[in-house]
Amino acid sequence: METSTVNNNFKSEEYFINMGPQHPATHGVLRLLLTIDGETIKKVEPDLGYIHRSIEKMCERDSYQQIVHLTDRMDYLSSNINNEAVCLAVENALQIEVPDRVKVIRTIIGELTRIASHNLWWGVMGMDVGALTTYFYAFRDREMINDIFEETCGARLTMNYNIPGGLMFDIHPNFVKRVKEFIAHFKTKLPEYDTLLTNNVIFQKRMRGVGMLSKEDAISYGASGPVGRGSGYSCDVRKLHPYSALDKVTFNEALRTEGDSFARYEVRIQEMWESMSIVEQLIDNIPEGDYKVETNAVIKLPKGEFYQKVETARGELGVYIISTGTKNPYRLKFRSPGFSNLSLLNHIAVGGKIGDLVASMATLDLVIPDIDR
Amino acid sequence: MSVTGKYFLHSQKGAITQQYPDNRETLKMFERFRGEVVMPHDENNEHRCTGCQKCELACPNGTIEIIWDRQVDPETGKKKKLIEKHIYHLGMCTMCGLCIEACPTDAIKWAQNYENSVYDRTTLTRVLNKPGSKLMPGVEE
Ligand code: SF4
Ligand code: SF4
Repeated sequence: METSTVNNNFKSEEYFINMGPQHPATHGVLRLLLTIDGETIKKVEPDLGYIHRSIEKMCERDSYQQIVHLTDRMDYLSSNINNEAVCLAVENALQIEVPDRVKVIRTIIGELTRIASHNLWWGVMGMDVGALTTYFYAFRDREMINDIFEETCGARLTMNYNIPGGLMFDIHPNFVKRVKEFIAHFKTKLPEYDTLLTNNVIFQKRMRGVGMLSKEDAISYGASGPVGRGSGYSCDVRKLHPYSALDKVTFNEALRTEGDSFARYEVRIQEMWESMSIVEQLIDNIPEGDYKVETNAVIKLPKGEFYQKVETARGELGVYIISTGTKNPYRLKFRSPGFSNLSLLNHIAVGGKIGDLVASMATLDLVIPDIDR
Repeated sequence: MSVTGKYFLHSQKGAITQQYPDNRETLKMFERFRGEVVMPHDENNEHRCTGCQKCELACPNGTIEIIWDRQVDPETGKKKKLIEKHIYHLGMCTMCGLCIEACPTDAIKWAQNYENSVYDRTTLTRVLNKPGSKLMPGVEE
């Protein structure tokens, strides 16, 4: 008789498991402390610091030209846009006006970076929910962008192509031709993405109504980029505070109001279309002119505080420089999009299952070195 | 399914993968590809490095070390800075390209080799100026 009472009063126990730091679904060395009950998630606590390289501290030691190459190593999938952020901050502080040619090239390269980043995300997204095929399709198309970068910038991932005052060297003669080839190619391939993954019933079931984030929560957690826009929070820095040549082009801000994983997915797919349209508007009329303005070999910023924000593939990246008038910044702070986006993971994952955690984490598109710096 | 099927049926044409390392002979990197920093020498074993140390200063992480000396120039009789060793630690280099931008005499440039892994890390420290080499006449800072 006693055993049956025990059975009637059977209660499951909460327990902890570690997800990461070496876990394929966290896309880097992120450790998540999960409190779970059965398979239901009670709490998610991210534990950071496994890839901390003290980039902000190193910036205090480096000259302004040297800082740029460190930002490659933050969000390495948007390295060109990160470089641009630092360069814009320094140029604004020095009150340098870069030639139009530089602005247009920076914008084209930035949007190509965004496409490449979303492309990789799409492949990984499919892989996280169990569709391995997407990975290969995504890499096929991303390879073309990487070739463009390799030919013009000399590197595939850590570009360091922007310098304060312009670009390190002019674009390669093949650049325009290759970009046009890519756009023509990708226009036929992006609809395939929808056929392969977006319209897949299993995929939709895993995404719709999962990982809900309301607009109010998105704002209070400081979400930015596609994560914020998937919840109807209009936060595209390119629209609100256009930089480089972005004020000369027309594009729509991708917005969804549902706030679930699928909305964030759709935002990124639409952004690839929009980025392609931006590149198309600019690629035919890159103005002639210099590719850089000469700056002093030793750049000294005036005394004061300077802030510049840009829209990377993950959201709003802010560069905050405090200068005391010397050749190094007194303090340099990066406001990275991934950090704020990670902070809402607990909010959207609690109550769901472990499988949903992986899926909603994939829609946040985290890059861990960006969070840890 | 239809997309996968289409690619399956057309898989013979348009394969995008490469047969590395079997294609080592034909695989060429782009001319701007950053493989490692090298110092070109001409047929008389002369290079263009004046020992000005601008690359050493530009480098963010101390990858380049210049060991220099002053020697009497036989033509003018004046003392002149000359390099003894241009040391480059490939293992520390972040391939940022700042040294090459900084060099006033274009003495260093990128090489396009892409197989940089070695068994012993001490072999990654290289002296870029060849033994017995000297400064190309006419190259001034
Ligand atoms: S490429 Fe950059 S890290 Fe490498 S030696 Fe030159 S300046 Fe230093
Ligand atoms: S390589 Fe160029 S920058 Fe470096 S010491 Fe020689 S001349 Fe100067």
